[in-house]
Amino acid sequence: MSTEEKYVAAVYLVVFVVLLAYVFIIALKLQRLERELTELVELASRRG
Amino acid sequence: MAAAIALVFFYAPLDEDGLNQKIFYFHVPIAFTAYASFAWGGWKALRHLWKRDENADLESYVAIHLGTIFGLLTLVTGSIWAKYRWGHWWVWSEDQLVLFLVLFLFYCAYFMLRYSLPPGPQRANMSAVYALFGVVLIPVSILAIRLSERFIHPVAFDRGGPNMAGSQFFTFCVCVVAWFAVAATLYQLELAGKRLDLRLRELREALQE
Repeated sequence: MSTEEKYVAAVYLVVFVVLLAYVFIIALKLQRLERELTELVELASRRG
Repeated sequence: MAAAIALVFFYAPLDEDGLNQKIFYFHVPIAFTAYASFAWGGWKALRHLWKRDENADLESYVAIHLGTIFGLLTLVTGSIWAKYRWGHWWVWSEDQLVLFLVLFLFYCAYFMLRYSLPPGPQRANMSAVYALFGVVLIPVSILAIRLSERFIHPVAFDRGGPNMAGSQFFTFCVCVVAWFAVAATLYQLELAGKRLDLRLRELREALQE
């Protein structure tokens, strides 16, 4: 791989890693919200 | 996005910049997306202050958050390109670069301001005013390349139109559309998460009463 190709690959890799990290963080947050929702449903059902 | 990448590597021809020119197809559309996100955040901030739109504060925050991420990507991809082309990661004498960094740091400080205040109308109003001030920097940053007397940074567009072949310009346009679509999707995704978080908090408080 030439130096030029390494720089181009680095740019595309950085962009996809950052976007992947962003999507991963959002996915973790949605999982947390789902857990909270389950807890609230249980709390509401206990209250009748 | 797949179509954009295919066009970049299999359709767009190389120019005198060589393979390194392929960076342009991601770097510039990402910068445009950052500008658009900041502008959208400013528009939502204006709506919050003007129409008292309750959702606008959260929408403004999410847009600015996305703009900051795209701003970071612009700086990183630009630096990698500059290292190869100019031999330096950063050139402080280049107005376009410094003004974009100022814009990025300005919006980074937005989060410091926002999270230094307790949630409520005061935080929403202060954040909206701050976001609106930042909008002034966007045209200055875009026009800096033309206002500057130094022309190290390449000029892809001038008054005569795009400085590239038709196939390159077409590829560039597809990349811009692709990045705007990615940004719009991420915006909706993050906004839905934030709204759900708020609703769940309200529900928890209602159940604990």
